Amino acid sequence: MSPSPDTIAVAAILFMVIAAYALFGGADFGGGIWDLLAGGAERGRAPRDLIDEAITPVWEANHVWLVFILVLLWTAFPPAFAAIMTALFVPLSLSLLGIVLRGVGFAFRHTAERLRMQQLTGALFAAASLITPFFMGTVVGAVATGQVPVHPAGNVVAAWTSPTAILTGFLFVAACAYVSAVFLVPEARGRGRRDLTRYFALRATAAGALTGALAGGTFAELSLSSPHVFAGLTGVALPLVAISIAAGMAVLGMLWAGWYHAIGLRATAAVAVATVVWGWGLAQYPYLFPTSLSLGAGSAPKASLVGEFVVAGLALLLVAPGFVLLYFLQQRRMLVAAETDADLRVAARLERPVSGQPAVAPAPVAARVTTALVLALLAIRAIRDVFSSPDHR
Amino acid sequence: MGAMAHVLAVNPVPARSQMGSSLGFHIILACFGIAFAAVTMTAEWIGIKRGDAAALLLARRWSKVMAVLVAVGAVSGTVLSYEMGLLWPGMMGRFGAAIGLPFSLEGIFFFLEAIFVGVYLYGWERLPPWAHWWSGMPIVVAGILGAMSVIAANSWMNSPAGYTLSHGKISSVDPVSVFFNAATPYETAHMVLAAYMVTGFLVAGVYAVGLLRGRRDRYHRLGFAVPFTIAGIAAPLQVLMGDIIARFIEHNQPVKFAAMEYVPRTTRDAPEWIGGIFINGHVYLGAAIPAFDSILVGFSPHTRVIGWDSVPPDQRPPLVTLIHLSFDLMVGIGFFLLALAAWQGWWWWFHRRLLVTPWFLVPCALSGVAAVAAMEAGWVVTEVGRQPWIVYRVLLVSNAVTPSSGVPVTLGVILVLYAILTVVSIGIPLFMSRRWRQGAPAEEETEQVPYGPSQAHAGVSPARPPAVRRTSSGGPEAR
Repeated sequence: MSPSPDTIAVAAILFMVIAAYALFGGADFGGGIWDLLAGGAERGRAPRDLIDEAITPVWEANHVWLVFILVLLWTAFPPAFAAIMTALFVPLSLSLLGIVLRGVGFAFRHTAERLRMQQLTGALFAAASLITPFFMGTVVGAVATGQVPVHPAGNVVAAWTSPTAILTGFLFVAACAYVSAVFLVPEARGRGRRDLTRYFALRATAAGALTGALAGGTFAELSLSSPHVFAGLTGVALPLVAISIAAGMAVLGMLWAGWYHAIGLRATAAVAVATVVWGWGLAQYPYLFPTSLSLGAGSAPKASLVGEFVVAGLALLLVAPGFVLLYFLQQRRMLVAAETDADLRVAARLERPVSGQPAVAPAPVAARVTTALVLALLAIRAIRDVFSSPDHR
Repeated sequence: MGAMAHVLAVNPVPARSQMGSSLGFHIILACFGIAFAAVTMTAEWIGIKRGDAAALLLARRWSKVMAVLVAVGAVSGTVLSYEMGLLWPGMMGRFGAAIGLPFSLEGIFFFLEAIFVGVYLYGWERLPPWAHWWSGMPIVVAGILGAMSVIAANSWMNSPAGYTLSHGKISSVDPVSVFFNAATPYETAHMVLAAYMVTGFLVAGVYAVGLLRGRRDRYHRLGFAVPFTIAGIAAPLQVLMGDIIARFIEHNQPVKFAAMEYVPRTTRDAPEWIGGIFINGHVYLGAAIPAFDSILVGFSPHTRVIGWDSVPPDQRPPLVTLIHLSFDLMVGIGFFLLALAAWQGWWWWFHRRLLVTPWFLVPCALSGVAAVAAMEAGWVVTEVGRQPWIVYRVLLVSNAVTPSSGVPVTLGVILVLYAILTVVSIGIPLFMSRRWRQGAPAEEETEQVPYGPSQAHAGVSPARPPAVRRTSSGGPEAR
């Protein structure tokens, strides 16, 4: 039974959304990975600041793509959703853990005052940026290798711990880092930061090479673990794979030649990633789970599919302009964290104008704390001296 | 059928506890997602319209709190989306085609909300005032419509409609009937009003504490008056709505209603129990108003009220005492909040002044917590009252729960994480307000050492905090 046209259409929408999440969500995760690798507080400050400025206003909107994936999957392909959620309970829960920790990191790190706390929340954010894409990759690997049973009786650990699944996990992490670094190059350049432009160009090249190698490895593994998908990738989806490789090479070429055109560079990298996602989708056709659950058998009734179609249309109508506005404002650097409320505070008579205040109020507090600390240290020293073995003196 | 037998053997209690705690946590943040933008924008509107710096400052600070709460809310909302599948694959596999439709619509509104939250929160500095104000409008609209979509999905579980089953599988779906099922208008209106009450009373409560501590300036008066007025308008509507909904539930889910009102046997002259514990067919420690339940249901003491004896014991909700006391708590708090709003309204009507006596402010300080308690109690009534069904009279919870074995572990992790998240979402606003009160601009501006927009770009070095003050005063004493 070949799937109906509306099933194919909704599946196509699903893969568009997955590609969007891989790009935008992936870039945000990649930002966290570069944050993790940026080095000590002093050395890593400049790249971290750039990453933060680039991600903070947009991460939440980018995150919604994931919710859309879940919703599309459960509405249009309910049996597949139920089976994935049951069999892959563990990696999905772990990826969710990563999402939660990242959110906490985001909420916290702009308000944490002490350096220690900032380091903790920053580490949380960065670590979560590794966990989530890795386990999502294992989920995709498990689905692509057809290891998810249609009626699982519980967790299927073997499905997401196969070599293909693990490799896919690493591939996802590398791809996130790659997309992110490529996106950050024009971001740095737009701010006139020559050093950071080079910094991220170098990292984009390295991550690109690593992603390519991992993709090759996964591809080779697929020939053993999932003959159907491998046949698809070398058959019907071959043009897409070829485009992806070409685009990936083109990005490396641009980076090498120092041609950091904002739209050109990003678009080419986006093509490289999106075509891989679509290639995977096409290679699986006509199966949701190769080769045990077909699109036709796993899809919802027609009205639900049409409903999803309407929702996609509405999204295009309402959400797309919103996104254009958001990215436009973000690129024009109209969206920045509020600089100061001091003028409003003065106007609202919550405090007197600065000129009327004694100079630098917090300094005495700091001085007092320092003095207290020094005194405490001296006291401890003295007590220890008194109680240490007398022959020492 | 072998798989079914296996499913039936699974204990749904850990999954139910996890879903309950996740929902109970998220719903508080969701209230802020729905209503906080409206509260903030009201203050901003006053600020721009009247050139009122205190109102603008309030709006700006509230939007900073909104940034934290929205971030945590986005995360806890994602947890719920995952859990729909992780915990209830038996429901999603069978009915995803129907229940997914309102969720898909919600996806659009979540998108719009997230996009414009990004614009609104980070557009304060560089967007023109009115453009910035309007950038908040989509958040308000999307908040309400998004809430309606999600609640429509919950309504569908209480009042399933718009699908046909053949051989246990959905064979056709009518999206409009799914979305506008019988319970949708009641539940959505109830929840949107609840969101405005929770947000309004919680924010007002913070400034009530400030007023009680003697900070009686315009900043604190406005900070109290704006959210209190919004919540105060919602309160009477909510009490009215609640009365209508109770009658609807009596009609639509009589067994749930019987548990809410302690009606063990179908009867006329049903008494209205206030408080009380139900043990072995007796109500202890409760006060009964004779025939009043019948009067509330049908405006006559002779109205027949259906009891839970109308269904076999295995289809009755457990924990009737919990359901009834939660219902009483919700109603009681509803009237308490209505009284507070009326008191302030009365005073304003005759004196044109804000009432700031401690007699009024102390209950106001607690009103937010009370509103949260009422909302949680309301959800307990809805969700526990629907048991043992996950889709009312169609699918049992025990047939929907996941057969995966990891739920007790994830339950533990979720509880720990939500404890942390609770501390974060209460602690950070508290912490911010403490810092705002200290009023040291230097600290506020240099808070982001390794993680934050670079001070170097803004020309402000953390090593020289007084440089910030130059922007405000231009005073020569800035070093």
